[in-house]
Amino acid sequence: MPEEIKKIEGVLAEFGNPKELLEAAEKVRDAGYKRFDCHTPFPVHGMDAAMGLGPSRLGWLVAAMGFAGTLTALAMQWWMSAVDYPVVISGKPLFSFQAFIPIIFEVTILFSAFATVIGMLGFNILPRFHHPVFYSDRIRKATDDGFFLSIESTDPFFREDKTKELLTAIGGQEVEYLVAND
Amino acid sequence: MNTAESNISPSAPVDAPLITGNQSFSSVTRRISEIVEVELKKTPKAWYIAFSITSSLAGMMTLMIGWLLWEGTGIWGLNNPVGWGWAIVNFVFWVGIGHAGTLISAILFLFRQRWRTSINRFAEAMTIFAVICAGIFPGIHVGRAWVAYYMFPIPNQMDMWPNFRSPLLWDVFAVGTYFTVSCLFWYVGLIPDLATLRDRAVNKVRKAILALFSLGWRGSNRQWRHYEKAYLILAGIATPLVLSVHSVVSMDFAVGVVPGWHTTIFPPYFVAGAIFSGFAMVMTLAIIARKVYSLEDFITMHHLENMNKIILVTGTMVGYAYACEFFIAWYGANTYERAIFINRAVGPYAWAYWTMVTCNVIVPQLFWFRRWRRNIVWMFIASILVNVGMWFERFVITVTSLSQDFMPSSWDYYTPTIFDIGIFIGSFGVFLTLFLLFLRFLPMIAMSEVKGILPEADPHYYKAQEIKDKQVIGTEGEQVQLS
Repeated sequence: MPEEIKKIEGVLAEFGNPKELLEAAEKVRDAGYKRFDCHTPFPVHGMDAAMGLGPSRLGWLVAAMGFAGTLTALAMQWWMSAVDYPVVISGKPLFSFQAFIPIIFEVTILFSAFATVIGMLGFNILPRFHHPVFYSDRIRKATDDGFFLSIESTDPFFREDKTKELLTAIGGQEVEYLVAND
Repeated sequence: MNTAESNISPSAPVDAPLITGNQSFSSVTRRISEIVEVELKKTPKAWYIAFSITSSLAGMMTLMIGWLLWEGTGIWGLNNPVGWGWAIVNFVFWVGIGHAGTLISAILFLFRQRWRTSINRFAEAMTIFAVICAGIFPGIHVGRAWVAYYMFPIPNQMDMWPNFRSPLLWDVFAVGTYFTVSCLFWYVGLIPDLATLRDRAVNKVRKAILALFSLGWRGSNRQWRHYEKAYLILAGIATPLVLSVHSVVSMDFAVGVVPGWHTTIFPPYFVAGAIFSGFAMVMTLAIIARKVYSLEDFITMHHLENMNKIILVTGTMVGYAYACEFFIAWYGANTYERAIFINRAVGPYAWAYWTMVTCNVIVPQLFWFRRWRRNIVWMFIASILVNVGMWFERFVITVTSLSQDFMPSSWDYYTPTIFDIGIFIGSFGVFLTLFLLFLRFLPMIAMSEVKGILPEADPHYYKAQEIKDKQVIGTEGEQVQLS
């Protein structure tokens, strides 16, 4: 058997606290890296700017889906009350849209909520149970009290040695390669 | 720049810390996770005792509902003028209780009330369980529960569609949406905490289950970015939603012509009452959970006091609504309206009316005083009295108006039967059973959110700390420069 070929899929470094991680992220960003990420137990204030990320575009998706909900509810009530099953109730017009407002509102909210959750998962590419950072055992601390920065090998700037040196130089502790362990 | 830095100096006087006991990130994780990580065999005996009682009550309710479906709604105390009895009262009561959870998770989030993080998780859980209890009642109140699907706009064998002009149908949509959105909101909030539990799990099966439900969350900032946006949007849409739900519930009454129901004050009055009763329920549960699980560092006196302030505000709003109703009944000069309000205060149901006023208006007034706001025994008693009062409010509204409407010849006194009472008590069984399961298996405090409000979570904290260190060891000249 030839020696196992181990493919390095990234580098992971731990930092002492949110501030150190924030500054490290700024330096990694300034070094030109794009495919890197910070792993924290809670969202760190100012991290989006430090990583050079713009605002999330989730709001647009939600607005569009919410509007779709508005139209769906309006069309449904119009078709059911005025077209398919026209019954005069309390002498009101068949298409008495004022009385349809509450349901229009509720369906708008319902569509928006699903768009928010499904959109959030979609943008985050979740569920995803396999990811290079999970090769490290120490990443588990990221949901407890650890502050990590990972750079993926798919980044054009990624060089096995230099990237690792960079993370060490900017204060990363226990810098390690992310290698599939089985 | 200098002023900005001095503003964030840790030595500056700030409010009392939100979380006490010198918690670190890892101590928060440990403290909250350990509660749910206890082996099944080592579950406290008290939990089993409580669970057996509550699940027996839930079982009793199931049997009674079975009998109801077999025999019909005649087993209830409903009579000819009073067609809406305890089932509707209980429905409004439970929906109302749910509202505090959404208020805490959504409205307080939008107002940046950081203290909410200690109580939002179980308040949201309470919302979901309360809405489940609420959902039972209209389902069985329709009488023929097997055709309850007529309420939904789905094609049926009669080729008929529901009447979208009816507030009862609005209710189906409002409560349905409310339940769905509450579940989504709750689950989104749980994802990072489930990931924490996943990463701590030693048992393989447990790890696999938690991994599945935490969806592979890795706490990455690229994920947090969308996550925080999603949380903000959910809070933003849940806020008008929660206000709409009890408004729609109130329209079930307000759109009718029955005296005492037909008033425009109903939507805001119902919403205030809902938040009032919901906060009282959060309080009852929080006091018990805090004591049993020794969470005094997380749910501090500060939290309880804040909740008492909200109970005071909403209770006073409810009191105002009662007064306003009476004023309008007199000022509006409608004979029936006047008669019904006089009847409420001195008629056959005066006992219910004055129970309501005492519990809802008078009891919370003690919270004007700091001493009473910080007295655990009193706030526990008050929180229960408030919910007694709020149940009676719905009883007074529903039953007094119906039992004495326009025609004296059709008047009748309404008395519940054992089945009315049993199903109501059983609904508490369902609620508490679900709540006990939640306390046992899911983190009852949002760990990632609590960590986020610790001072150490803010990168500026460390800068301020450096300045402070310099001030301590630096010369006087440097201090002047910095300040």
